[in-house]
Amino acid sequence: MRLVKVVERLLAAIPIMLGVAIIVFVFMRLTPGDPVDIMMGQGGAVSEGEIERLRSEFNLDKPIHVQLGLFLADLARGDLGNSFSKQQPVAKLIGERLPATIELAFGALLFGLLIAFPVGILSAVRQNSLLDRLSMGGAFLGISMPAFWLGIILILIFSVNLKWLPVQGRIDYDANLQEVTGLYVLDSILTGNRTALVSSLKHLILPSISLGAAVAAIVARVLRSSLLEILRSDYIRLARAKGAGEPRVVLVHALRNALIPTVTVVGLQVGVLLGGNMIVETVFGWPGLGRLVVEAIFNRDFPLVQGAVMVYAFTFVAASLVVDILYTYLNPKIEL
Amino acid sequence: MTDPSPPLLELRNLTTVFPTRRGEVRAVDGVNLTLRKGQILGLVGESGCGKSTVLLSILGLISRPGRIAGGRILLEGRDITRLSGREMRRIRGKDIAMIFQDPLSTLNPAFLVGEQIRESLRLHNMMPGPPWPFDRGRKAREKKRVLEVMEQVGIPAADARYKAYPHEFSGGMQQRALIAIGLACRPKILLADEPTTALDVTIQAQIIDLMRRINQEHGTAIILVTHDLGLAAEFCDHLAVMYAGRIVEIGSTDEVIENPQHPYTMGLLRCIPTVGERRAIEPIPGNVPDLATLPQGCAFSPRCEYAREVCNQGFFRLQPVGTDGPAGGNGGHRARCLRLSDYRLPEG
Repeated sequence: MRLVKVVERLLAAIPIMLGVAIIVFVFMRLTPGDPVDIMMGQGGAVSEGEIERLRSEFNLDKPIHVQLGLFLADLARGDLGNSFSKQQPVAKLIGERLPATIELAFGALLFGLLIAFPVGILSAVRQNSLLDRLSMGGAFLGISMPAFWLGIILILIFSVNLKWLPVQGRIDYDANLQEVTGLYVLDSILTGNRTALVSSLKHLILPSISLGAAVAAIVARVLRSSLLEILRSDYIRLARAKGAGEPRVVLVHALRNALIPTVTVVGLQVGVLLGGNMIVETVFGWPGLGRLVVEAIFNRDFPLVQGAVMVYAFTFVAASLVVDILYTYLNPKIEL
Repeated sequence: MTDPSPPLLELRNLTTVFPTRRGEVRAVDGVNLTLRKGQILGLVGESGCGKSTVLLSILGLISRPGRIAGGRILLEGRDITRLSGREMRRIRGKDIAMIFQDPLSTLNPAFLVGEQIRESLRLHNMMPGPPWPFDRGRKAREKKRVLEVMEQVGIPAADARYKAYPHEFSGGMQQRALIAIGLACRPKILLADEPTTALDVTIQAQIIDLMRRINQEHGTAIILVTHDLGLAAEFCDHLAVMYAGRIVEIGSTDEVIENPQHPYTMGLLRCIPTVGERRAIEPIPGNVPDLATLPQGCAFSPRCEYAREVCNQGFFRLQPVGTDGPAGGNGGHRARCLRLSDYRLPEG
């Protein structure tokens, strides 16, 4: 029955996506700056006729509701249109960049959770200890440090001074990686390319830490506070009265319940990681979606921005659906 | 009447303290109790008098910074206050099990009820077999015992209920499940902390009947903590009345109810409504005292109608009163009141 509900929820996402599509379409056209002007500005002297020709090619000469109708009609067929500035299908451009963003988001999430779980659990169990104070102080730093600043510091230390890790990019040129999925770490494993695996992992480390530090901090704090509350509850007292040892009490009885608020926050973070990392991508020269979108916004490349926003909206919808599904496993009182 | 069986559980001068900003609070202050096999002892008093703290002290579950500051807890003659964490865990849930007040919040919402009962069996390796990877039948054996216990505590359709979550149970069924968790390892002692307070009156009676049956069929000794003197009088064979961390009166139920000696016990008895009798309930004036600022001498004296000036001074011992002599299980009927010694100040 869970599957039926999942399909229902996916269908319910359609109006949400439609709303997002209309809003982003309208707002892009309300922003000052004309895409054709910007393109022509780059091209130098052009005739009025040339400009008119381009406008009609992009359908910009038609009334806005007609443009919207054309956009939605294309969208319904799964066609995101062509980029104004790059003259290529938007789907293809996004498809090229999305794997890099996903790989970085996954790396950042992995780093964040690997730090957050031990830190959150230990500081809850040893509340007010030195360890607790230090890690909560660290979490405060993690939240307040801008990711680009952390990235630059990490590059200075580990790439420039120690020369342990590369400064930028996703992989060394001589790794000869054959792309399968576009996720380089996965592709290296699939093709059995050891050099490429080492190289892609090395490239992934610093950006993942820069981006994941905030995740680690936020998740550790949420996990700590929900564990603290649960460790005082009656069922934890019963678990102890049954004769369960502390590790079992904390990791089985308490953690399972503390995961409910934690999963919500992690789900939101996944959305943020996939959508908002243009700055870290820029610092590390990471060829992801974020940089593509920033460029597209400056160029008033309407179709490309619309397509990217649709992708972001979809990742948020998908992340919240995954969170809701996890909920039903964690808390039997909740149904989809 | 002499009682030949050696004591199962003895508290000797048990003192449990909690440090607070206003100084150390003695939640349990020099409590002496004896529990024998098959006995049902009632621990009665108002909220905050330390009765639940006695139970948690016995299990070694006083949460920090609280601690047992003095006295001994002897389980079959062995002092369990000095045991290591590991040794204590072997006792918890196996020799001494506890039932808590609010069944819904005491069951873990994320796990199946049956699995929560089975956990007790697994923690104490009650269904032993070959070592870990080779024992394929362990879960089945444990599950069989769980279903047995569930039926014993009156959970119908145990097979289906095994796979239910706590929120799918009614309040009475939740409390039965909790009792099943307590009974799974066949403990010698059951500590029941207000087990019926959160339940409807009709369900209360069923749960009390269930506990009485367990006591009679398995000889499980029970300490029942309650603020309901009427319930305790009906169910227990011995009563200890607590006030401000101390026992103020103790004895067999008949003696304490028929012939109360401490003014606090008398006050509690006047608070019990009786069906068919048109009598106003007389509440005890005043409030439960603040344990951080207890008066000198008798803690009850500020609320006591018999109080004299001398009640504020000195320390009063539990004195033998009544007729049944010291053999009544806890040293006979005794009370802690100056009135009983003709207003003489104790020596020293």
